[in-house]
Amino acid sequence: MNRRTFINQTIKVSSLVGLSSVVHPMIWEKSYDKHITILHTNDVHSHIDPFPQNHRKFPNRGGVSRRYSLIQQIKAKNPNTLLLDAGDAFQGTPYFNFYGGELEYKLMSKMGYQASTIGNHEFDNGIDNIAAQLQHAKFDLLNANYDLSNTSLDGLVRPYQIYEVEGISIGVFGLGIELDGLVSKKLYKETQYLNPVEVAQDQVKILKQDHQCDLVICLSHLGYDYQSDKISDIKLAEQTQDIDLIIGGHTHTFLDKPSKVLNQAGKITLINQVGWAGLNLGRIDFYFSHNQEQGVKDVVIEV
Amino acid sequence: MKNQLIKIITVFCVAILMSCQNQPELVKIKGNQIAIDSNLTKETSLEEYIKPYRNAIQKEMNRPLSYTKKAMFKTDHPLNTAIGNMMADAVFEMANPILKTRYKNSIDAVLLNYGGIRSGINKGVITTKTAYNIMPFENMVVVAELDTEAVKDLVNYLVDNQIAHPISNMQLQLKSNGELGDFKVNDKPLNKNKTYFIATSDYLLQGGDNMDFFKEAKSVYEIDSKLRNLFIDYFKKHDTITATSDQRFVKIQ
Repeated sequence: MNRRTFINQTIKVSSLVGLSSVVHPMIWEKSYDKHITILHTNDVHSHIDPFPQNHRKFPNRGGVSRRYSLIQQIKAKNPNTLLLDAGDAFQGTPYFNFYGGELEYKLMSKMGYQASTIGNHEFDNGIDNIAAQLQHAKFDLLNANYDLSNTSLDGLVRPYQIYEVEGISIGVFGLGIELDGLVSKKLYKETQYLNPVEVAQDQVKILKQDHQCDLVICLSHLGYDYQSDKISDIKLAEQTQDIDLIIGGHTHTFLDKPSKVLNQAGKITLINQVGWAGLNLGRIDFYFSHNQEQGVKDVVIEV
Repeated sequence: MKNQLIKIITVFCVAILMSCQNQPELVKIKGNQIAIDSNLTKETSLEEYIKPYRNAIQKEMNRPLSYTKKAMFKTDHPLNTAIGNMMADAVFEMANPILKTRYKNSIDAVLLNYGGIRSGINKGVITTKTAYNIMPFENMVVVAELDTEAVKDLVNYLVDNQIAHPISNMQLQLKSNGELGDFKVNDKPLNKNKTYFIATSDYLLQGGDNMDFFKEAKSVYEIDSKLRNLFIDYFKKHDTITATSDQRFVKIQ
């Protein structure tokens, strides 16, 4: 084969690519090369049916089959969508008392959830029940800061998972709250709680450096913020770097908009939490473009 | 042939160039939340999937367990009420045999909390749903072994609060000025050489409702039953509930 021809061809192609990338942002200002949608819930607490019509605070709000309609609508417009949950899917209605979480996990699987994490209420029927209910889950249960090696969840829970969506690799890891004092030891058994900040730093290194993930998302059941020194999503964001989004839970926090927190690298980590009981669906859209102009490195955050 | 090979290699190179040099960068993030309400239609296949579970729960919830001629509310009387007495007496009756067989001890008295009575009971049929209404939480029954000093703190707590916290197998009589006149547990005055086995919920044991005297427990015995399940079993055992307000906690006017 003629080497010169090969180089010529290559140069032609690369100059074409170069040209298009210069022209591209000028012609289509509002178009992006890739668009990833992250949908999320937290603390659904077995609220499969909407609240009753006469409910004092949330009349006729929520409901799994309505949530599924919304998810389908969003996915129809952007199939490049991940569906995530930040724990406490269990406990709160007779659906849990009667079926132990089976229906919660089956419905999450049917709706197409990719991942959830372990909330403290997942332990309400004991850690062995979580292991038993996982047979109904077609999604990943992620946690990185519980050492589960001496429990029935050993091998069933992964610290992180990487999802490839449209060539964008999204690393997702899970963090759980300290169980001592919150959950009876009889229920969590030999689960060992590890420092969430240290674990998060390790996870980010694995996802960002080793696996070159384009996005890093933390599914956290630590809680949004506390008066005390207790570790929270806000503190986690401040004390780490390279986490793009923390999807939080536990404190049932309603936010007007996602919180922007300055992280260790001086960049923004977003935190979002959408109350509880499936009252809301959180939505975060990430837009990617080729060949940003030099110097224009700041990500525009519209919240 | 040669041209075709060049074409293939060129395509390959473009692919490499696109993936290496032109991996797109994150430029914009947008965030919001969407309310789940009646503006959204219910997805039919999921709704159909849920239906048999919902029906089975409703059937079980509506199962008749017992009956009451009178409605019972926790606000019926100031210091002890039919519903509170029924709940505390149920804990005594259902948990005592478990403590006896498992730990060879007997319950001396029961203390629950007024705030823990989450609903009243209407007159008529008592169903599984009734038990969920009065006790929607998952609290467990426990027995705390208290010394005389801690029991005194417990009595002082009741005297200070003067609200109808459910009690069983204890009698408190307050003087008209609100001070303690007489106290008996198990029909006897306090004996400082004895420890007392007080049945309660794990919520109160951990200091809920400021019942700090439970933190002084010398030992704790687990009954391994949820309060709600205990009430369900109690209703199944008694075809009619005839609980009334009585003399267990009164103020002499």
